[in-house]
Amino acid sequence: MDILRFATAGSVDDGKSTLIGRLLFDSKAIFEDQLEAVERTSRDRGTEYTDLSLLTDGLRAEREQGITIDVAYRYFATPRRKFIIADTPGHIQYTRNMVTGASTADLAIILIDARKGVLEQSRRHAFLTSLLRVPHLVLAVNKMDLVDYSQERFEEIREEFTAFASKLNVNDLTFIPISALNGDNVVSRSENMPWYQGTSLLHHLENVHIASDRNLTDVRFPVQYVIRPQRATDHAFHDYRGYAGQVAGGVLKPGDEVVHLPSGLTTRIASIDTFDGPVEEAFPPMSVTLRFEDDLDISRGDMIARPNNQPNAAQDLEAMVCWMADTSKLTPRSKLTIKHTTRTARALVRDLQYRLDVNTLHRDEEATSLGLNEIGRVTLRVTQPLFVDDYGRNRLTGGFILVDETTNSTVAAGMIMETR
Amino acid sequence: MLQRDYTTSQLDVLEAEAIHIMREVAAEFERPCLLFSGGKDSIVMLRIAEKAFWPAPIPFPLMHVDTGHNFDEVIEFRDRRVEELGAKLVVASVQDSIDQGRVTEQTGRRASRNRLQTTTLLDAIEEQRYDAVFGGARRDEEKARAKERVFSFRDEFGQWDPKNQRPELWNLYNGRIAQGEHIRVFPLSNWTELDVWDYIRREGIEIPSIYFAHTRKVFERDGMLLPDADVVQRGDDEPLFEAVVRYRTVGDMTCTGAVQSSAATVEEIIEEIAATRITERGATRADDRASEAAMEDRKREGYF
Repeated sequence: MDILRFATAGSVDDGKSTLIGRLLFDSKAIFEDQLEAVERTSRDRGTEYTDLSLLTDGLRAEREQGITIDVAYRYFATPRRKFIIADTPGHIQYTRNMVTGASTADLAIILIDARKGVLEQSRRHAFLTSLLRVPHLVLAVNKMDLVDYSQERFEEIREEFTAFASKLNVNDLTFIPISALNGDNVVSRSENMPWYQGTSLLHHLENVHIASDRNLTDVRFPVQYVIRPQRATDHAFHDYRGYAGQVAGGVLKPGDEVVHLPSGLTTRIASIDTFDGPVEEAFPPMSVTLRFEDDLDISRGDMIARPNNQPNAAQDLEAMVCWMADTSKLTPRSKLTIKHTTRTARALVRDLQYRLDVNTLHRDEEATSLGLNEIGRVTLRVTQPLFVDDYGRNRLTGGFILVDETTNSTVAAGMIMETR
Repeated sequence: MLQRDYTTSQLDVLEAEAIHIMREVAAEFERPCLLFSGGKDSIVMLRIAEKAFWPAPIPFPLMHVDTGHNFDEVIEFRDRRVEELGAKLVVASVQDSIDQGRVTEQTGRRASRNRLQTTTLLDAIEEQRYDAVFGGARRDEEKARAKERVFSFRDEFGQWDPKNQRPELWNLYNGRIAQGEHIRVFPLSNWTELDVWDYIRREGIEIPSIYFAHTRKVFERDGMLLPDADVVQRGDDEPLFEAVVRYRTVGDMTCTGAVQSSAATVEEIIEEIAATRITERGATRADDRASEAAMEDRKREGYF
């Protein structure tokens, strides 16, 4: 059994909570005591139906305001897969949360109300999904029961969305007509839409192939922590020196020739160690400890790659940045801390090239700053080289965060666009 | 030759993620510590710590906030495990907090030291100058926890502000803090109760005996089975009876209920949990039943 992480985007009006509620309920991930609590609260407030959004809207502040303020993580499993849902609110002011939820997602579900069709917010969700390079996108056309399960209406929406998506980086796009309320095509195929030849949503989630979404080509091992036991009592490990980290790309094997960055020196992997014994290969997302044949000076923040396939050692970065702070703005000359893989440095914003309107994709080149939830293209100068890849090639070596040095808040997410 | 698929099982993914989180903390913080209660989640967390730094010893101490109302079997297990690892254990005692007048003991039949633990915990963090504190909480446990970060920022009062959390992207964690602030770190955030049990089975990890079915004198209160013990105040209208029970969670005797069960092995427990229709906290924790937002309110104050 493996794990599929997926993000859901859409507003309560699109039936997102109902859909999640149904997936959880039908896979037995909602428990009786949780359902009773929701029923009790619905009754107390005079709501006539059991409001499944209460399951995901967890915080008092949210219930009081009837909104979702943050990413909520939900879990369910079927015999085939374990699922982690990053449930993100759909309103424009929560672009930040959608970006956060999408950063680790294998798949995103965008909900569309069949009566309303492709709205501005649907386009925004699709754009963010593509910007964050979520490998698989599902467009769930919901409330099909309210359009008489019309194939014509479904095809209209499909055509309109496909035309829009062709402008984006979407590799795998699947359309599924559903009714979350009635359960049509959610868990099993619906008899109400005989014209639909595809699978149910859950079947798709269970079977979509994600193993090859990881980068298994470019060896990237950011050194995270140096392990040196130096236990006088345990002589076997007296001279042990291992480099611990989580594989960010490629497949590593003992005997492989590797290059250490920033030194550029080459050596061979002597052993790939784990608590459970040495392993014959390591690939994402394994956490392992490497030992090398030569004694090199290696520390946290360094990178291990292959001599003939190295990341760019860059001090000047071109990136798309999503600003996430409400108390400050990004402007040229902003100085921030940058965190990229296991390396932390300082960064200066050299230039804001344009601000992107996430609804129209219009580029505003006159923009002089980025505020909360705004996305733009920037040039950064970094105090020391970072070992980077294009975000589209590797999400782990292409993504970074920016931290405000005064408040210590995480103020931006960045995606490296082209390295030079 | 057949191309390998490189599929990774859910437990391997979760373990790799938890190890990564632990190493980030060890690399970036001056004085981390790991909360170890002897409960199953902290036992799994301790095993992950062992794996993350092997063959070196775990590079931080363990801390237990001891209410004085713990099950003997759990305290015995805690001490044995600490000795096996050669780890350093700091015990922060709620009784000491009461004796020093830092908190006032509740009275009455439903008196519990559950909420008092927060003061003891925050005092210990301040006294020991810990800047990162590992906890075994999982997001599937409770809806306030479902929205908490892996690196959860706490201000100088130890408070959690759910509206002002740091965005967490990819596997990048922001651990920057000012003097007096700290980060609670939850490496098991993405694990479910079933994952924890599957992992205990796969790894062959020992757990305290009260998790398995045993015969115990209990009485019923609010649909929960509470144990017969000196620290639990039982009314005359709450008769004792013998039952075959086990614990799904391990907390204070005063507020942790047992469930009727004949599951005597980890395999049988997994079967039972896979079929159950009630969450572990709903079934066994009086502390969470106080109100709809009981956990959120305690977390804001600095609870685990």
